[in-house]
Amino acid sequence: MKQLKKLASVFFLGFLFISLAACSLEGPGQGGTNSGSGSDSDSLTIGLSVSTLNNPFFVALRDGVIAEAEANGINVEIVDAQDDAAKQVNDVEDLLTAGVDILIINPTDSAAIATAVESANAQGVPVITLDRSSDGGDVVTFIASDNVAGGEQAAQFIIDQLGENATVVELQGIPGASATRERGQGFNNLAASLNIVASQSANFDRGEGLNVMENILQAQPDVAAVFAHNDEMALGALEAINASGRDIMVIGFDGNDDALASISNGGMAATVAQQPDVMGQLAVQTALQIHNGETPQAQISAPLRLVTE
Amino acid sequence: MQATKTKNSLPSVLKNLGPLVGLIVLVVFISILNPRFIQSQNILNLLRQVSINALIAFGMTFVILTGGIDLSVGATLALSSALSAGLMVSGVPAIVAILAGIALGALLGAVNGLLITVGKMAPFIATLATMTLFRGLTLVYTDGNPITGLGDSVLFQMMGRGYVFGFIPFPVFIVLITFVGLFVLLHKTPFGRKTYAIGGNEKASFISGIKVDRMKLIIYSLSGALSALAGIILSSRLNSAQPNAGNAFELDAIAAVVLGGTSLTGGKGKILGTLIGVLIIGVLNNGLNLLGVSSFYQQVVKGVVILIAVLLDRKN
Repeated sequence: MKQLKKLASVFFLGFLFISLAACSLEGPGQGGTNSGSGSDSDSLTIGLSVSTLNNPFFVALRDGVIAEAEANGINVEIVDAQDDAAKQVNDVEDLLTAGVDILIINPTDSAAIATAVESANAQGVPVITLDRSSDGGDVVTFIASDNVAGGEQAAQFIIDQLGENATVVELQGIPGASATRERGQGFNNLAASLNIVASQSANFDRGEGLNVMENILQAQPDVAAVFAHNDEMALGALEAINASGRDIMVIGFDGNDDALASISNGGMAATVAQQPDVMGQLAVQTALQIHNGETPQAQISAPLRLVTE
Repeated sequence: MQATKTKNSLPSVLKNLGPLVGLIVLVVFISILNPRFIQSQNILNLLRQVSINALIAFGMTFVILTGGIDLSVGATLALSSALSAGLMVSGVPAIVAILAGIALGALLGAVNGLLITVGKMAPFIATLATMTLFRGLTLVYTDGNPITGLGDSVLFQMMGRGYVFGFIPFPVFIVLITFVGLFVLLHKTPFGRKTYAIGGNEKASFISGIKVDRMKLIIYSLSGALSALAGIILSSRLNSAQPNAGNAFELDAIAAVVLGGTSLTGGKGKILGTLIGVLIIGVLNNGLNLLGVSSFYQQVVKGVVILIAVLLDRKN
């Protein structure tokens, strides 16, 4: 019995050594052509990987993709990463296994998605990114709103309404997310004309927007306007402001249904409306172009508009 | 219990096989609905996808066997992978950075162990607090930004993206070795017997001379180190360390342990069961994606499967 155990451990160690000598970064089927895609020329299948469906913006984006795909007789396979970068990499692998012809990815994080884009490249599946792009791999087309311009529009609106040097609070999105950086950058481009008394992150979340705004209201006796990097935070901030009984102008970003309703009810003052459904449509149209052998633009700016009523 | 000893053999076999039968049923069912599922490439993908949860769940198995719980594994993963990524960015050799990350994971686990033994805190509360603490420290350290530019060390790239023999994903290989090591530790050594003894009856183990506190300290450190190892695989797969990496990973790990038939009250369970539990969760994630099931229904299905598993366990 003891000898058997010894033999087993010797085998195990031997296996270990041999395996370690056989390590490589080359996997099976890599560098080859797409192994299992059903690439009949008439039926096109698009894979859509969404960062989260727990946010009306991305739901609208998904619906835009579905509507445009249905209109063109294209199949869509949809996976939801639930804001988890690791899950998204798995999701994309699963879509590739399912044999999609073109991938539309709305990344949770531009750095983390790079390896997934690379595996799509290795299988010869073209990638379109939506709203956020990828730091690595080859992306055919990146479709996003011009967030910097949107941030500037919001700042300009405050200046137009309240005059220069109005005291303003900025509610930032998830730190480091490209939307946060770009909207903040646009807004701060005009910051010289404004008096920004607080800039804090509420992670694009309505509940956090409420809490952060409550805290800021405690600390700041004089606030004339709030610019939130998305509508969810703006709506949270609005709740905090209403509860405090103060009169503060709230400007959001995205233009989701709740925010538009709030604006028409006299709650929020304005939102820089993205058109996620249009972004979804653009993505499917781009996919069709790729499918037909055309070369689409490398970057497409989806239209933005300031909604005030 | 003792009276049914002769009758016990068949049901107990069934009970041990329960999770395995569940796994096989799932695999057959999904393969029939979508034959792509059973393709070797997909199976290898699936195994790589589950390897992170597997490592965390292995550690969690030891913790739960002692009657404890470790909610801080996801945050430990994030903090230790952020540290090793930070070291790599500043030019430290990958091997040193990886070992430092694992050492930090063990240290964070030891903090849990000390709070639970010396601080006499309930494991749930202690690790709930450290979960928040470690997550906060991760955000402070990373300033909320992902850490990128981890260099081109082959070793680091191997951790998440490499292959052994050209087809076994390297993370799967790590899981395999870890599993063999932990299986021997749990079922063939005094350490393992003491682990079961503490979970079965802590007072009796203490009286019979088992150094309960020391055992717990080692086990929570093990859980931390395994989480850190999982974190390094994750950051290699993502080619970056994410500040919110590992969010809610503790729940998947606990679910895997429970699916594998380990009792949350401690003292009963097997690490092989945990491996099967991990595979069940992985097959569900991967298979439901391949079947094109909406992500909302996927969560419903996962919840129902866990409930069924626990109910069956209760009946037995």
